[in-house]
Amino acid sequence: MSTFVFIDHIDGAITKTAGELLTIARRAGEVTAVLVGTPGDGIKASAAINSFGANKIIAIEDSTINDHPSALVAQGLADLLLEKGATTLLIPSTARGKEIAARVAVRTNSGIITDAVDVTADSIATQSIFGGSAVVHSKVSKGIAIITVRPNSVEPESNPSTCEVEVLSPKLTPTKVLISNREPAKRGGRPELTEAAIVVSGGRGTNGDFAPVEALADLLGAAVGASRAATDAGWYPHSHQVGQTGKTVSPSLYIACGISGAIQHRAGMQTSKVIVAINKDPEAPIFEVTDFGVVGDLFAVLPQAISAIAARKG
Amino acid sequence: MKIAVCVKQVPDSWAEKKLNASTKLIDRESVDAVLNDLDEYAVESALQIVEANGGAEAGHSVTLISMGPERATEALRKGLSMGADDAVLVSDGALAGSDALATSLILAKVIQRINPDLILCGTESTDARMSVIPSMLSERLELPQLSFAGEVNVSADQVSIKRVTDEGVDSMSSPMPVIVSVIEKINEPRYPSFKGIMAAKKKTIEVLSLADLGVSASEVGGSGAWSLVNDFNEQAARSAGVKVMDEGAGGNALSEFLAEKRLA
Repeated sequence: MSTFVFIDHIDGAITKTAGELLTIARRAGEVTAVLVGTPGDGIKASAAINSFGANKIIAIEDSTINDHPSALVAQGLADLLLEKGATTLLIPSTARGKEIAARVAVRTNSGIITDAVDVTADSIATQSIFGGSAVVHSKVSKGIAIITVRPNSVEPESNPSTCEVEVLSPKLTPTKVLISNREPAKRGGRPELTEAAIVVSGGRGTNGDFAPVEALADLLGAAVGASRAATDAGWYPHSHQVGQTGKTVSPSLYIACGISGAIQHRAGMQTSKVIVAINKDPEAPIFEVTDFGVVGDLFAVLPQAISAIAARKG
Repeated sequence: MKIAVCVKQVPDSWAEKKLNASTKLIDRESVDAVLNDLDEYAVESALQIVEANGGAEAGHSVTLISMGPERATEALRKGLSMGADDAVLVSDGALAGSDALATSLILAKVIQRINPDLILCGTESTDARMSVIPSMLSERLELPQLSFAGEVNVSADQVSIKRVTDEGVDSMSSPMPVIVSVIEKINEPRYPSFKGIMAAKKKTIEVLSLADLGVSASEVGGSGAWSLVNDFNEQAARSAGVKVMDEGAGGNALSEFLAEKRLA
């Protein structure tokens, strides 16, 4: 077994998924952490990668890599995997991660499994599908086992190592795509939706006023989500949509505010560990899946909950 | 300009879905089948691009491409009734159980056959939700890819988009031919008009077999799959927990619940 982990990072600062993937990969034995970035990113990331533990750290560096969303990254990565005889590659199941994984699968003629929530030592992936109503175990049968793993699937465990970074600068063939402008997302200090441990979401019941939803999210250090009804109405950005046609989240705590809970929404949040809902309608389907539900007006319930939680936190 | 739109027939995304115990594949018989919601945005984009550039009179056309059982013609009719000109369906018993690598192989063969200037896709299908086909097509066809487009503009032989992801908004462009995937919110897909529905009945859906594409049965389907389901089990539905009526203390009750669970 030769397991490779694709380390997601922003300018050398690794994201939360890196620790999670390294934790899963260690079960299979030898782990090679691979980072693709601009010159210097490998050195910047090495201490953080070593804190989670790897047997080898390889950085593929190219000064133009950020000008090409996925194609160049996949090129460098695929060549490395073939050269080193990798048997498994773990990649975070993000929009970009899946693009890279898809490309590497074609380039290496390998099978791909997306959205795994767990991976065994012999690369059997567990997927939770149809909004958690079925659990599937799958295996790649050709080539390298390319598996994308959902953020938040495991608790990252530290296991310090002391690897030096091996920096590679392969010649990559540029694509015809040109990026003329970048506007990085403003996070406003909130965690990324799919990586957040707590998500507070608003729906039709907010009537467009997300202030109490955001206030609770900020108090809990949570990300803000929205139902399709809320994003369709233009009340909250599309990128925050949770559900069948939006993001799938699986946080420790999901708080649905003014969301009725149609299957469209439940498919994106039903695997959350604890689900709480506030809704005026006692018959709302969201209450079928909640651990704790409050039948009431979110504009009354949320402010009271916020002051009670704030008071306890002191 | 010739535009191809890759579409898929999927189980209705508002319905409860199940796996079939013997095939370990999605049970497609027990639920209504529809044109993938997310592909409607790609069809609408194609139609808008044609309209903005002089329409059919200027020599522009939209061809839908799909792979699936014969019944997938119903989903293609929906796209045709929205205004696409014709469609190609690859349908062959040997394709049952095909995974994303096989699907991308087949779609790539069709694209090579019709040779479009622009290939549009949705970001994912609402059944498998892998979101890998556009990138796989880019690799297989060695064509540039512009993905997660929240805005598409076509001028001369250049396509420019705004890529909208969690990481931010990027302005990108590429010469044609190019593969573009579009997100929801790029447009509001039109409802087929009565006239459109009637016209769609006369439009051509060319049905191709594996032999027509020169692909052998062993390369695709369940037998050629690059990944396999070992087993699956259905999970007990989540049971409803405590539900309290807010009679003035609902927020406090919520706060106590979170404290008990050590969540806040």
